[in-house]
Amino acid sequence: MSVAKSLPHDSGPLHVSGVARYIDDIPTPANTLHLAFGLSTVARGRITAMDLSAVRSAAGVVMVMTAEDMPFANDASPAAHDEPILSDGTVHHVGQQIFLVAATSHHAARRAARKAKITYAEEAPILTIEQALAGNSRFEEGPRVWTKGDVDAALKAAPHRLQGRLEMGGQEHFYLESQAALVFPQDNGDVIVHSSTQHPTEIQHKVAEAIGKPMNAVRVETRRMGGGFGGKESQGNALACACAVVASLTGRPAKMRYDRDDDMTITGKRHDFRIDYDVAYDDRGRVLGVDFTQYTRGGWALDLTIPVADRAMLHADNAYLLPAARITSHRLKTNTQSATAYRGFGGPQGIFGIERVMDHVAHALGLDPIEVRKVNYYQPMAKVRAGGAGDNSTPYGMEVRDFLLHEMTEKLLGTSDYARRKAEIAAWNAKSPILKRGIGFSPVKFGISFTLTHLNQAGALVHVYQDGSIHLNHGGTEMGQGLFLKVAQVAAARFGVDVSRIKITATDTAKVPNTSATAASSGSDLNGMATQAACDTIRERMAECLATLHQTTPDKVIFADDRVTVGATEMDFSQAAMTCYQNRISLSATGFYKTPDLSWDRIAGKGRPFFYFGHGAAITEVVIDTLTGENRILRADILHDVGASLNPAIDKGQVEGAYVQGAGWLTTEELVWDDKGRLRTHAPSTYKIPACSDRPEIFNVDLWDGENPEATIYRSKAVGEPPFNLGISALLALSDAVASCGAGYPDLHGPATAERVLAAVKRVRG
Amino acid sequence: MTQIHVTTTVNGDEVEFLADPRETLLDCLRDKLGMTGAKEGCGTGDCGACSVTVDGRLVCSCLVLGVEAEGKKIETVEGMAEGEKLHPLQRKFIEHAALQCGICTPGILVAAKALLAQNPDPTEEEARYWLAGNLCRCTGYDKIIRAVLDAAAEMREGV
Repeated sequence: MSVAKSLPHDSGPLHVSGVARYIDDIPTPANTLHLAFGLSTVARGRITAMDLSAVRSAAGVVMVMTAEDMPFANDASPAAHDEPILSDGTVHHVGQQIFLVAATSHHAARRAARKAKITYAEEAPILTIEQALAGNSRFEEGPRVWTKGDVDAALKAAPHRLQGRLEMGGQEHFYLESQAALVFPQDNGDVIVHSSTQHPTEIQHKVAEAIGKPMNAVRVETRRMGGGFGGKESQGNALACACAVVASLTGRPAKMRYDRDDDMTITGKRHDFRIDYDVAYDDRGRVLGVDFTQYTRGGWALDLTIPVADRAMLHADNAYLLPAARITSHRLKTNTQSATAYRGFGGPQGIFGIERVMDHVAHALGLDPIEVRKVNYYQPMAKVRAGGAGDNSTPYGMEVRDFLLHEMTEKLLGTSDYARRKAEIAAWNAKSPILKRGIGFSPVKFGISFTLTHLNQAGALVHVYQDGSIHLNHGGTEMGQGLFLKVAQVAAARFGVDVSRIKITATDTAKVPNTSATAASSGSDLNGMATQAACDTIRERMAECLATLHQTTPDKVIFADDRVTVGATEMDFSQAAMTCYQNRISLSATGFYKTPDLSWDRIAGKGRPFFYFGHGAAITEVVIDTLTGENRILRADILHDVGASLNPAIDKGQVEGAYVQGAGWLTTEELVWDDKGRLRTHAPSTYKIPACSDRPEIFNVDLWDGENPEATIYRSKAVGEPPFNLGISALLALSDAVASCGAGYPDLHGPATAERVLAAVKRVRG
Repeated sequence: MTQIHVTTTVNGDEVEFLADPRETLLDCLRDKLGMTGAKEGCGTGDCGACSVTVDGRLVCSCLVLGVEAEGKKIETVEGMAEGEKLHPLQRKFIEHAALQCGICTPGILVAAKALLAQNPDPTEEEARYWLAGNLCRCTGYDKIIRAVLDAAAEMREGV
C-alpha cells in the first residue's frame, strides 16, 4: 500500500533542478504589466493632497490608479469589508496601499511609486495595547469571556496563589517567496489568476468583486507556494485583485510581487499578546483555578483576528485539566499591519500562557516543572473511555477523550535521559561561573478543526484515463508541506496502484469549487477523505463492470499491486481501465467530505469545536552566556503524535520545521515598531529567523506509534500546526538557565532575545 | 538608460545579453536568460536564495551587477545535473527529504556545492556555518545538513 510510506516529495526533482515554477517563474508575454503599490508613510491620518504627476510621467509607467479609479469593489478583506485595496482617503498604518502603478517592468513600477507627493493630516496613532485600552479601540463590542466553575471562590480559598504578566511578540511569516499574483485576461472579461495563496476560493471571490463579475468568470490556479505558514491565507487578496483590475482595464496580463521590504511592511503577521494571570494552586502544584486575561493587537483591520483570538482562548488550558477557569479576551484595534493567520492561529499564544503558569508555579514551590505539569494533565484516554474518570472537560465544555501525554511524557523522559541530564546540568552550572545551561519541557495538546464549523468541508476530482493513468485534483494547496503527495498516496492506495500513476495537479477553482483555505492543519484530513470518496466511487464502478464481465460479484474484484484481480482472472490496472472505458463506464468522479460531530457556540464558549486533539512533547537544552545573554540550543528531543502517519518522512519534516519556527518566535525573531508606527525590522538584515547555524547539534525527533481513535484518513492526524508549540520548550530552557543564576523568577518574555536574557540574569541576581 | 552588451559563460555555455547597468545579475539570469532557478528572497544579500558562483566564488546574485558578469564563468543550479543524472547533492536532498516548499533549495545546493569544492570533508559545524547565509523557513535545517554530509561522504568515496 502506498500510505504510511516515506516517499519523497513529488516536486523534489523539480526543486533540486531549479525548474519548479513559482509565480515569478511563469513565462509571461512581453506586453505584461508589472504592478507596485504606493504606500502610506504615516500610521494614522487623512490624505489632504496627493500629487501623482511625477509617478505618471516616470519611465515605463502605463497607468496609475487611486481608489476613485477602481471600477467595482475596492476591498481586500476576507469578510468585514474594512480593507480598501487602495486607501479611501484615510490611512490606518504605515505601509497601507494608497495608489497603484502599472509599468513595463517590476523595477520601473517600484521606482515610480516612490515619486508621489502626498500630504497628510496626521493623527496620533494607537500603537500599543495600553493605548488601545485607553482609547477603547477594539474589535467587537467588548471582551469575550468564557468560564468554567467558580474561579473567584477558587482564588479566594487557595492554599497558594500567584499573579504574573507575560508578553509575547508577533512573528513575521518570512515565506521565502514573497506575495505574488499573475493575471491573464480572457474572452468576455473573464480572468485566469495565478496566485501564491493558501485560499484560491477567497482569491476568486475577491477578484470577482473587484472586476464586477460573478465567481464563474474567475479561475484561480495555485500549483505551489514558496512557503505560506498562514501568511498566504488572506494576504494575497490585494495583489490578485489589483492585477485582475489592471488586466481587465487594459486587456494585458498583469503581475505583481512584493519586494521583501514591501511585503514585511504591508502584510500582517502573528498576533502579539499580553497575558495576565492569577492562579490558585496546592502544595503539589495542582491548579485549582486560573484567571487569564488575554490582550492582543489585531492591527488596523479585522481580517482573522476574531478566530485567532478565539483559538488563543481555546488553548488557554493546553494539556491541563482546570477545575475552574476564566478566560477574558480583548481584541484590540491598532494602527499597525492587520495581524493575520500564522501557524497555530492563536493557539501558541494561549498555550504559552498556561505553560508560563506551570513554570511559575513550579518555581514558586521549588518543584520540577515536569512533575507540576504531570499532576495537572487531563485524564488518559484509556481511563476516560473505560468510564469513571470524572470531570475531564476543557474550559469550553468539551470532554477530552484521546489524551496521550501521560504515556508520551514518560517515553520522552526516558529517551532524552532527562533526570540524569538535569542533575548533570545542575552540577555543571555549580562549577561554571559564566556559562549556564538550562533544560525545559513543554507538551502540546492541539485542537483539530476549523472553529468556524462550516469550513470543515472539502472536495476532490479524480479521473482515470483509458490508459490507466490517474488525474488527481482537490481543494488543498501545496506550500511545501507535502499535502499533494500525501493525498496522492491515499488515491494510489484506494486503486491499489503505484503512486507514480497519479498525476498531481495544481489547485484550480474550476475543478473543485468552494474550497476552504489550506489552513488549521486540516489539509490532509479534509482533502484525503474527499479524495478517498472520489476514488472509491470510480473503483466501485470499475469493480461492478469487471465483475459482470467475468460473471462474479464486485467484492471479488481486488485492486492491489498495480493489478486488478477478478476471480481467477488478473490484469494490469491499465487494462482494467481500458476495459471499463470500452464498456462505457464513467471513470471520473467527485468526492466530498465534511467533518462529523462538530458543534460550537463561540459567544457562550461551549461545545465541541474540535474533531480530535494532536499531541506532542519536547525537551530542549540550552546554554547562555551570563555576560552577554548570548545563547545556543544544544539539544532538542521531540516526540510527536500524528496518529498513523501517511508519510513519516514528510511528517517528521513538518515537526522539525515547526519546532525550529516556534523556537525562532520565542528567541530571536523580534518585531520592532517605532513610536511613529514604522516597522523597523522589515528585512532579514534586521529580523532574524533561525539559520542553519542555529540548528541544535543534537536533534532527536520521533513520531508516537499510535493511531487516531477517530475515523480520519487511514487513522492519521494533522501535523502542520501542533508541533510549532514545542518551540516553547526553548524559552523555558532559557528561563531555567537564567534561574540557575539567582533566587528570583526569571520572568522572561517572548522573544527571549540575548538582551532580554541578559536583563533577566541581572534581575534574578537581585 | 544605455544598455550594455555582456558576454559571459553560464554553466559552460557562452551567452550574450544586453543589460541596463543598474540591473542585477539575478535579474539578468531570470529575465534575460530565462534561468529562474536563482530566486529573489530578499534582494539585499541576506537570504541566499539567489546564490550562484562567479569564477568559482559563491555570491548572492542580487548583489552583483549583470555587467560584472562580463568575461566570467557563472554557475547556477541549472548546471548541477549532467543531463538526466542528478548531482549527488541533488539526489541526497531528495532522499533525505531536505526540502519542503523548495524555493530556497537551488541556492542551498549551489552554496553546498561551493563548500564541497573547497572542503570535501566538512565537519557538521563547518557545514552549518557555511550555510548560515542561506535561509530556509520550512525544514529547520536538520535534514539539509544530513543531506550535505551524506553527499560529501559519497563524493569522497566516489572519486
